[in-house]
Amino acid sequence: MFYREVGQFKTSYQSDQAIFTIAQDRWFLLVILAIAFGVVPFFINDYFANAILLPFLVYAMAAIGLNILTGYCGQLSLGTGAFLAVGAYASYKLMTAFPEVSIIIHFLLAGAITACVGVLFGLPSLRIKGFYLAVATLFAQFFIIWLFYKVPWFFNYNATGQISVPPREVFGVLITGPKASPAAAYLFTLTFVVVGALLAKNMVRSKTGRSWMAIRDMDIAAEIIGINPLKTKLIAFAVSCFYCGVAGALMFAVWLGAAEPGEAFSIDQSFLVLFMIIIGGLGSILGSFLGAAFMTLMPILLKQGMVDGMGFAVGTAKHVEFIVMGCLIIFFLIVEPHGLARLWQIVKEKLRLWPFPH
Amino acid sequence: MDLFLFEARNLLEVIVSGLLAGVMYSLVAIGFVLIFKASGVFNFAQGVLALFAGLTLVGLMENFGLPPWLAIIGTIIVMIVLAYLIELLILRHLVNQEHIILFMSTLGLAYVLEGLGDILWGSDVKVLDIGLPSGAVDWLFVDYGFYVDKLEVVAAVIATILVVVLAVFFQRTRIGRALRAVADDHQAALSIGISLRAIWIIVWSVSGIVALVAGVMWGSKSGIQFSLSLIALKALPVLILGGFTSIPGAIVGGLIIGVGEKLAEIYVGPFVGGAIENWFAYMLALVFLMFRPQGLFGDKIIERV
Repeated sequence: MFYREVGQFKTSYQSDQAIFTIAQDRWFLLVILAIAFGVVPFFINDYFANAILLPFLVYAMAAIGLNILTGYCGQLSLGTGAFLAVGAYASYKLMTAFPEVSIIIHFLLAGAITACVGVLFGLPSLRIKGFYLAVATLFAQFFIIWLFYKVPWFFNYNATGQISVPPREVFGVLITGPKASPAAAYLFTLTFVVVGALLAKNMVRSKTGRSWMAIRDMDIAAEIIGINPLKTKLIAFAVSCFYCGVAGALMFAVWLGAAEPGEAFSIDQSFLVLFMIIIGGLGSILGSFLGAAFMTLMPILLKQGMVDGMGFAVGTAKHVEFIVMGCLIIFFLIVEPHGLARLWQIVKEKLRLWPFPH
Repeated sequence: MDLFLFEARNLLEVIVSGLLAGVMYSLVAIGFVLIFKASGVFNFAQGVLALFAGLTLVGLMENFGLPPWLAIIGTIIVMIVLAYLIELLILRHLVNQEHIILFMSTLGLAYVLEGLGDILWGSDVKVLDIGLPSGAVDWLFVDYGFYVDKLEVVAAVIATILVVVLAVFFQRTRIGRALRAVADDHQAALSIGISLRAIWIIVWSVSGIVALVAGVMWGSKSGIQFSLSLIALKALPVLILGGFTSIPGAIVGGLIIGVGEKLAEIYVGPFVGGAIENWFAYMLALVFLMFRPQGLFGDKIIERV
């Protein structure tokens, strides 16, 4: 009844190629963006920002990155944690080495550095495929984390081996460091993620994106129709790692404030982001957001429900949380292997007809 | 000359201990290979299976006062029931899905088993003692000053027996032939009347038992604790090196990784700051892959458009 495209005619090539061809979708997105930019900052507090919104945004960014590589280009990667770490450490080094430069530039550079590292570790993908490649990216994971432990240059020779973010301003507003207001941190991250998502959405609709998908679906066939696998795969690695790098920089500088390689960027992070894109939907930008939201919110809700609601001990609750999370993952894989994004699609299909049967 | 002898003996000691450590890796890797061969599932839960089996074994011994042999039988029964449940609740519903989906489902399974094991048997570090010998092999140590851990020798012997038993099982029995048929071609196997489900239950049970052996060995060495589940990560490079589909590959890969790791730790480690065992095995595997993308003994990857 409300979601009908009747009467919406596409009269130009431009409108035919729009990201959202249906007016309701455009309005829906605009309303969400208006709420995210205009309403949420006024109601945000420390807990909301640090426990829910910032993790959600940061992980959404990382999930977009991994989705480009795994969902669109079909290259399974378990090195996301390490690529986040590269972004974090690159931003840390840049921020401490060039304090006068804006951190926006630092973050973009951190992304670029991560992209270079990603290309380096993506080289084996030309010869190795599938799970064999996954293990090759595990090498990146372990090696990079080890490097950040062992080489003191990366953490500026401080005694703790940790990196902690210096306070920095953007346009006169404090963004990083413990004194930054949650609203500023949130808006800063949100801007990055929205711009990033928009770019990614357009990229996967472009020639590059189509060649990624061709490689994913069958790389030999793609090669035969004239897609250069070397170039395509490496571009996927570079773009994916750029997003992961920016996400890592945001994660370290805006969300966590301090980080240690073993904890913040362990292999668990790689799996977490992989879960996000699988549950959200492989090969879908929207899915990256849905998956990130799901995996950020679910542990919090579970914990609150069990510890506060049912009076479980914290330790038991942790174990139950593990079980429930495992079950949910399996449940989702069985019920909808194409993820939440697909569910959303089905809902939209149904909405077009509702409340009529045909 | 003496110095040279000393060096040579040291080297030998390193190699032997590397080989024995490699056997431990192989034990985990065999479980992977079994499941991958029969169902094409890359079972990430293998490490957690080992942890779960170890926890169950200790739990049965401690909480019910069972003697080791009875507890082992009990654990085997638990692992078989578990295999049945996994097939019933997960695999059955995921037939024909993509590899990555199946892989993710085993990750979910790993979470469930981890939480379940902790809730059932407690999450503290447990000492596993089922009467396996430990310490140095006396005559070697006394006469030659050569340190070889008895436990690791036992592990090597058990692994050998296991491989022989598995080989006989696969080559000589009816079920083994059915297993190989399924591994070869799911549909063809189905069409000549082999029950895929029964085969999957059997395979998961067998790899559950292999996991039990691995859990017992690793548990006797360093106690049953959460970190046991991480041996899956140790077994991955072994698999890569040997190829996902080959049991001999798992053994040889394990030995190569074991020795390579120990040698690298001693001869390379000091120059780069140590603690390289986390990634060295992966690097070794990666270098191998560059030359043989399907691993040492893996089936040749043939691609068609």
